[in-house]
Amino acid sequence: MDDLYRENIIDHYRHPRNKGHLEDPDIHYHDVNPFCGDEITIELKLDGDRIAKAVFDGKGCAISQAAASMLTEELEGMTLEEVKHLDKQFILDMLGIPIGPVRLKCALLSLKVLKAGVYGLDEWPE
Amino acid sequence: MTLPQSFKASAIMPTVAEIRKDFPILEQQVHGHPLAYLDSTASSQKPIQVIEAMNRYYRTTHANVHRGVHYLSEAATTAYENARLNIARFINAPSPKQIIYTRNTTESLNLVAYSWGRANLGPGDEVLITEMEHHSNIVPWQLICEITGATLRYVPITSRGELDMEALDSLLTEKIRVFAFTAMSNVLGTINPVEELVARAHAVGAIAVVDGAQSVPHLPTDVQAMDMDFLAFSSHKMLGPTGMGILYGKRELLEAMPPFMGGGDMIREVKMEGSRWNELPYKFEAGTPAIAEAVGLSAAVDYLRGIGMDWIADHERRITAYAWERLSEVEGLRILGPGPERRGGLISFVLGDVHPHDVAAILDMDGIAVRAGHHCAQPIHDHYCIPATTRASFYIYNTEEEVDRLVMALYKAKAMFDL
Repeated sequence: MDDLYRENIIDHYRHPRNKGHLEDPDIHYHDVNPFCGDEITIELKLDGDRIAKAVFDGKGCAISQAAASMLTEELEGMTLEEVKHLDKQFILDMLGIPIGPVRLKCALLSLKVLKAGVYGLDEWPE
Repeated sequence: MTLPQSFKASAIMPTVAEIRKDFPILEQQVHGHPLAYLDSTASSQKPIQVIEAMNRYYRTTHANVHRGVHYLSEAATTAYENARLNIARFINAPSPKQIIYTRNTTESLNLVAYSWGRANLGPGDEVLITEMEHHSNIVPWQLICEITGATLRYVPITSRGELDMEALDSLLTEKIRVFAFTAMSNVLGTINPVEELVARAHAVGAIAVVDGAQSVPHLPTDVQAMDMDFLAFSSHKMLGPTGMGILYGKRELLEAMPPFMGGGDMIREVKMEGSRWNELPYKFEAGTPAIAEAVGLSAAVDYLRGIGMDWIADHERRITAYAWERLSEVEGLRILGPGPERRGGLISFVLGDVHPHDVAAILDMDGIAVRAGHHCAQPIHDHYCIPATTRASFYIYNTEEEVDRLVMALYKAKAMFDL
């Protein structure tokens, strides 16, 4: 059970990759998990229909923030069409830890934000 | 009517080890560790006496109440009404007619806000609540103020997590029609001076509505001595089943109030052009009620009475003082709210910059159940500028050894997060 906080999760949480904001993002999306208040913003810079640069910002538990950090590392070079096909299993494989039903929402928050942004949904009102 | 007998003579002081034998759920292992259940503020566990009372009711007594003339309907009605009497005596209500069955504290508070509020509030009137309320004692008042045009005001809290009594003085004007407050905060653990607050409300002609969700399970309650106008509490936090709550009210107030919900059992007469209401308490109890749950709550009341509310309050003071001391030793851990001397059996804290959900998940790995989040009290967390806290809470079955395990697991969490 100690697996949940495996070293790489803590490492991504303590030293997040690609955390911050872009000067002039092509895609920007922000959402919260109303249950626990975790927040994620994802910004993308595009080169044609490929992702040139992905960054995130947010606050919340180690699982939600580490997942966002890891996800941004995976995105560079991916097409928007490929992003639309990312699923739950992709995130679970990426995290590599056992996630119970309660923490699944934490793990999937960044993917939810990313896909909403890529599909061009309206920003959730602040 | 005779009162159901308590399960054991209260002359003999119980021990926690004896009490724990009555709670089968506590015997289990969680993730390879004995369960340490430190989340009774969210919901308490149930003793076999409660589980068996409900089981026995369904095996031998169940039918609908107040309807049939057959044997079982009478037996069910007797069990249901005896439970009401037993609950009335537990809080020293003058009459069982003043005990309204609801689903939970939330419904009890909504009943007062909608039924009393719609009949008594209007533009220019003010409703006073406090910053330390649970959402269930905030949102119904927000809604009723929107409907009636009354204004909602909040008593602020001090840095020690207590009500700001000076601010209360200036807020409590003749415009205040109702002052609704918690007897014990579910986040800060603060025990409020209920009698004094009720007296101050009465001094300006306001009624006092007390949220007893956290106090009734843990402290002796006497609605007459405390002169409360309304008291709301839940069965599931006091060893009873879920789906059952109580609203106590002063008789003249309840008599004057319109019904909250319409349906069967709450009417005296229904004609096409209108209806007349049933007498108390049935005016407020529309539809088939939670009968087995009433029987279960009554068994819980017997159990609490058997142990003694004074013993329970003492036990919780002891264990909370111990937990306070041990948690204060943990570097980087910050406890919210007042010191152990004016606090009920719960401690909410923040551990460095580790998110409370992570703290709770790490504790869970060691079989320790705590609550993490905003505990349905966002205004308190806003006051302290933190999104969430971790909360450990204690009841009759908790031990100092469980507190030690909690502290050990927190050191483990610190190590995992390099704190």
